[in-house]
Amino acid sequence: MKKIKSLDDLRKMKRELEHGMNIREKSNSPESLVQIRVAMATCGIAAGARTVMNALIEKIEKEKVPAVVTQGGCMGYCYAEPTIEVKIPGKDPVVFGNVDEKVAAEIVDKYIKNGELIDGIIPTNYQTINEKK
Amino acid sequence: MNDLSLHIIDIIQNSLSAGASLIKLTIKEKSSENLLFIEIEDNGKGMSQQQISKLDDPFFTSRTTRRVGMGIPLFRDSARQSGGSLVVTSELGKGTKVTATFELNNIDCPPLGEIANSFVLMVSANPNVNFLFKYFVEESEYVFDTVEVNEVLDGLPINSPSVIRMLTEMIDANIEDLKREGAANRSN
Repeated sequence: MKKIKSLDDLRKMKRELEHGMNIREKSNSPESLVQIRVAMATCGIAAGARTVMNALIEKIEKEKVPAVVTQGGCMGYCYAEPTIEVKIPGKDPVVFGNVDEKVAAEIVDKYIKNGELIDGIIPTNYQTINEKK
Repeated sequence: MNDLSLHIIDIIQNSLSAGASLIKLTIKEKSSENLLFIEIEDNGKGMSQQQISKLDDPFFTSRTTRRVGMGIPLFRDSARQSGGSLVVTSELGKGTKVTATFELNNIDCPPLGEIANSFVLMVSANPNVNFLFKYFVEESEYVFDTVEVNEVLDGLPINSPSVIRMLTEMIDANIEDLKREGAANRSN
């Protein structure tokens, strides 16, 4: 493949790319997409959040998962970094801790594609019966 | 932090938390002056004098999820151990500028790392924020502006995986060229 260097090269590549994309990928409505948020504060970065983010992007491209990878701050789980929060449309967000490249792939395969929960979940949405109104 | 690009991600994350809509990253590599220069400037909410004076304190943070803030102290340590320094200027309501310098040939100067990859990850993770990236080798310059790139992409999401890969490749190729050009000029 020819190397992309200038904006003109990018323009040409873009046309080729658009042919291979499905409508869902082209749409810009984030509500219909799975949102994966990688915690990217000092603690997350030092623990390898960038590697995880790259792994996730590669994985969703390979598996053609309709998802976007975004970035978040520290949620206070520094001991469990890298952490990622996965929000499947219509469901409550789920936070996974101690994610590495392997766990990231597992999350995509098991949780995002099949709705199957895996180990390492941090219960962020835990509420006691009294707190719930 | 293994390399400088990780520090850069960290500081950009601060800018994003400050609600910036425009983030400028400038990197200058000047062998002639034995200088590596990194600057991150944003138009976020800025900091008060009191906040700036506390920046060196790793136990100061504006966040509420934890009690320590190591981003700036760690970056400053990296700069100092490489014979450089770090300066933060900020104005409430206007934005913040973090400037770090390093001695290029200092044995303790960390490698820059995968800067194209780090930068594009930030760009793609925040499609609504504008980023301006300038990379200098001596006097030659490469500029990457997300406003221009988004125009070219014309609706194609900047955060789709294939676009991320293309943009990383594009920045890498241009930086490589700058370096080759710089090396050729030096040997002349």
